[in-house]
Amino acid sequence: MTFQQPRVETSPPVSDEVRKTTCYMCACRCGINVHMKDGKVAYIEGNRDHPVNKGVLCAKGSAGIMQVNAPSRLKAPMMRTGPRGSGQFKEITWDEALAIAVGWMEPIRHEAPEQLAFFTGRDQSQSFTSFWAQSFGTPNYAAHGGFCSVNMATAGIYTMGGAFWEFGQPDWDHTKLFMLFGVAEDHDSNPIKMGIGKIKKRGARVIGVNPIRSGYNAVADDWVGITPGTDGLFILSLIHVLMKAGKIDLDYLSRYTNAPVLINAEEGPEEGLFLRDGDGKMLVIDRNTGKLTPFDQPGVRPDLSAVYEKDGITHRPVFHLMAERYLADEYAPEAIAGKCGIPAKRIRAIGGELARVAFDEAFELDVEWTDFRGEKHTKMTGRPVSMHSMRGVSAHANGFQTCRALHVLQILLGTVEVPGGFRFKPPYPKPVEAHPTPHCKSTPDTPLDGPHLGFVRGPEHLALKEDGRPARIDKAFTWENPMSAHGLMHMVISNAHAGDPYKIDTLFLYMANMSWNSSMNTKGVMEMLTDKDENGDYRIPHIIYSDAYSSEMVAFADLILPDTTYLERHDCISLLDRPICEADAAADAIRWPVIEPDRNVRGFQTVLIQLANRMKLPNFTNEDRSPKWKNYADYIVNHERKPGIGPLAGFRGENGDKEGRGEVNPDQLDKYIENGGFYVAHIPDGADYYKPWNTAYQDWAVGMGIYDSPQPYLFQLYVEPMRKFQLAAEGHGERQPPEHLRQRVKDVMDPLPIWYETDQQGNEGFTVNALTQRPMAMYHSWGTQNAWLRQLHGRNPLYVPTKLMREHGLQDGDWAKVTSPHGEITVPVMEMAALNGDTVWTWNAIGKRKGAWALEKDAPEATKGFLLNHLIHELLPAKGDGMRWANSDPITGQAAWFDLKVKIEKAAAPQDLQESQPAFPAQESPVGTGPKELKWKVGK
Amino acid sequence: MTELPNSTDRKMGLVIDLDTCVGCHACVISCKGWNTENYGAPLSDQNPYGGDPSGTFLNRVHSYEVQPADGHAQLIHFPKSCLHCEDAPCVTVCPTGASYKRAEDGIVLVNEDHCIGCGLCAWSCPYGARELDVAEGVMKKCTLCVDRIYNENLPEVDRIPSCVRTCPAGARHFGDLGDPDSDVSKLVAERGGMDLMPEMGTKPVNKYLPPRPKDQIEEQIDILAPLLAPVAEEPQGFMGWLDKALDKLPGGAN
Repeated sequence: MTFQQPRVETSPPVSDEVRKTTCYMCACRCGINVHMKDGKVAYIEGNRDHPVNKGVLCAKGSAGIMQVNAPSRLKAPMMRTGPRGSGQFKEITWDEALAIAVGWMEPIRHEAPEQLAFFTGRDQSQSFTSFWAQSFGTPNYAAHGGFCSVNMATAGIYTMGGAFWEFGQPDWDHTKLFMLFGVAEDHDSNPIKMGIGKIKKRGARVIGVNPIRSGYNAVADDWVGITPGTDGLFILSLIHVLMKAGKIDLDYLSRYTNAPVLINAEEGPEEGLFLRDGDGKMLVIDRNTGKLTPFDQPGVRPDLSAVYEKDGITHRPVFHLMAERYLADEYAPEAIAGKCGIPAKRIRAIGGELARVAFDEAFELDVEWTDFRGEKHTKMTGRPVSMHSMRGVSAHANGFQTCRALHVLQILLGTVEVPGGFRFKPPYPKPVEAHPTPHCKSTPDTPLDGPHLGFVRGPEHLALKEDGRPARIDKAFTWENPMSAHGLMHMVISNAHAGDPYKIDTLFLYMANMSWNSSMNTKGVMEMLTDKDENGDYRIPHIIYSDAYSSEMVAFADLILPDTTYLERHDCISLLDRPICEADAAADAIRWPVIEPDRNVRGFQTVLIQLANRMKLPNFTNEDRSPKWKNYADYIVNHERKPGIGPLAGFRGENGDKEGRGEVNPDQLDKYIENGGFYVAHIPDGADYYKPWNTAYQDWAVGMGIYDSPQPYLFQLYVEPMRKFQLAAEGHGERQPPEHLRQRVKDVMDPLPIWYETDQQGNEGFTVNALTQRPMAMYHSWGTQNAWLRQLHGRNPLYVPTKLMREHGLQDGDWAKVTSPHGEITVPVMEMAALNGDTVWTWNAIGKRKGAWALEKDAPEATKGFLLNHLIHELLPAKGDGMRWANSDPITGQAAWFDLKVKIEKAAAPQDLQESQPAFPAQESPVGTGPKELKWKVGK
Repeated sequence: MTELPNSTDRKMGLVIDLDTCVGCHACVISCKGWNTENYGAPLSDQNPYGGDPSGTFLNRVHSYEVQPADGHAQLIHFPKSCLHCEDAPCVTVCPTGASYKRAEDGIVLVNEDHCIGCGLCAWSCPYGARELDVAEGVMKKCTLCVDRIYNENLPEVDRIPSCVRTCPAGARHFGDLGDPDSDVSKLVAERGGMDLMPEMGTKPVNKYLPPRPKDQIEEQIDILAPLLAPVAEEPQGFMGWLDKALDKLPGGAN
């Protein structure tokens, strides 16, 4: 056929209208353009103007169209009719549903508010949900941070007033060496991909430290396939070689950190605390005068070296203690190489590269700024080394100290809040002192005495009752885990079932798949949720659950409050909550109903307001007993946390021209919609680095309502609140740890970073590390119902390193029995060479229970898919002391998912079904299953 | 048999950076979204919620492990779609003229009205870049978003393929590979861009930028180790160094 060419329409209409809102396919919260045709969602792309994603969008975001049409969407409120776990429900009206919920909750509030446990999962409205729980009066509230990355968040706040992800980011425009620790693909996903792309284009080096060479580690220039759980030791070794070579930023350390602050050396109740003056200010020796002086005085040059002698006692600065500890040979690369699985030469090479880039490639920006001591600087010194970490190093029982070590390494190099280094995002930097302490005093018919979650400064802030027992159901802020700033959601069901520390009446969960992939010991948790007492009543009497989809957890609830999808609702991504700011700007955003629900569902936050209004909760009710807000949108616009400060910072004031502080603007949401669904307030030039000490930034932050007054502070290489817990363990003070925890508190609450091996009791013979991660194209359990995403990641074999495949005679597609001290699973295996030789892993939350998520029963997720959760117990193996020891970080309570040790052996295919084991009976689907074919075209 | 044009005015195509692709599949799903709603029949999915879900995709990301003789194994993410070959066997094999290569820009397209779904083109493509849509019975392939790149209803900045617009890592580039002065041609020259399977003689327009060498840091130890020379061997020596170093700081004694 001779060449011929038909005419193609190259300018077809793209859409009738573009509605700009915020994505919720994961926690990244990118801006999206939702293209509409005939009132339906036709196509979703990234919003180029948005501060988070600047136009790009990941697979999840683009697949949002398959989320809003997912057959698993719940349709109406439901009441359980069959036994718990069966999935048998009847649909009821919202009026009935709200009346039932109030019927359970109101008596609790009148008698014992702590009998309501309200925990929210991947909640992006925590400032609101916590406000609700506080108004109700229960101390039992938290979101999912305790089983996610509380170690990272808390170590960051205590050390430097901010951590990674929502708290800060590398200076992608200037950094020349980016070092990434552990799995990080599941949070801040687009900004990190954009950043890696940007720096690789410039030829900057990326070093990935991760037992698994996938995702970002696959593109790293150098891969460090570290032994899981030893990152802290590796980091302390880097600190060792850098300190020993003097490759540390002494000027930075003396000005901006507590390295020069003097430590009280006098034996007694203040030993190890800072020397302070009468106003409580930390004391240093001024190198100009040699005299003792408060750290913040104009002209003072804090001395890292000088000691203070008084009454025959030598008080030394923090830096002395650090030198003493980290120069010791026990941290030499040769001493730790075997433990970490990294050759000493490689550790030295990485240390050398950090030194080379931080100091030999230092640069200056000609930007003037003034520090908090009043000193004017004509330049900003850049040290182009940046780091990032997230869940990987967090999810170990030594994770808090590891995260601390990581921040101390950044600070020693002088790379935090400087050009080329790591930069905070507003409202961070924010020192511990600017955060609340935890509150737990509950009184019938009365709001809680303050915010639930916070940062303890010492034993006086623990959430303990007068008799010393835990005040919270999850035992957060107790001697078992004093700094559990995000609570311990993973312990709630286990503790409630055990009645330890007390029984509860109603468990109220939002968006948390706690009967499946979000719980350790999944099978055990299902049994706890269905277990009955001697009277035949469920041990956890009432369970209320809100979810948008037919998840595994739905089957275990008594009452279902169906949520909307993210395109059908109002939300605010608030500076009061988990913000989406950039290093050079404050930003917040909204979601708004770009489509109306076609089902009898309501946004959960609106339902909380409706429940509050029925119960006439204080804070939600006017003096005349009328409700303050009718729905969440009303709250977003009209609620004021303090006068002039509300959930949204943009378009405040009568005319919508005020930012940060300003009167309520009734048209605020319309203004946000006009502006693309978000608001950005840029940090002025010259205020955008050195933020914790930069007067221009501090003044800007006060104007924005981020602080009420300037809050300059020093980075805490040495964390004094930790020392206060040690002092208690040494016998000082009124609040004393129980005897069985005394030595542990003393050991782990070290105010300078340490590394310790996590509790290995019961792990004898289990020598293989087992990890999970989420694929970049999925987020937790939601992805699998998505027709497009499940075609990318519908299967999760156990990835086994070549060495172990050979040792066990395994080939791809074979089955292996994987055993831990707690349980056993039988699963398909696949070889992976780019993997630490003693580590296996799988994708998390691909495995599904049959009947869930509107999938058919033969879906691979429900047959071959599996959870590693069955091998992980929420408790450590019994020690014979009758105690229930949580499988959590002893400092923060962070769930220690990644401490799992297993052994593997070849197994026959389980039965004839070729199903992974354990298999569970199907739950009935209240929404049926999806269609057999999709041809999704909404336009004509 | 269908003829190819003797030459094309431009050679529009993609340059894909394998050094930067993190394997996130953003391009895969963005492509699926745009092309389900736009050019031709929607990209259908069979058993989308069942046992063996199988849909039509115009772009897929494969991952390959590479084991060097020495050193750690590596993982390469490899996005693959139609390469818009100059000598496209999928066109010449087409019995109806449905497959064709455009004279103005070199884009290889399928005219779905003339496609009989015989599958010969998919069989002849050495790259496996074409997929037969089961629901519609027509052959689907990358259009290079021909309905975006000239689309006057889109802002100019968005007149690029959907996969390029969405790629978070910036690993995908679009342009005229027939113009040696274009950004994409310069990128290919700078980075040693490669043809995929050149031995097949298809002269693909799309190019791949190879991954940079990896795991080199230990080889630089001779340069890096001296940077870590201890300031002193004994702890007391360290304190001596510290005092001298502090004196050298701005505002110090020396």
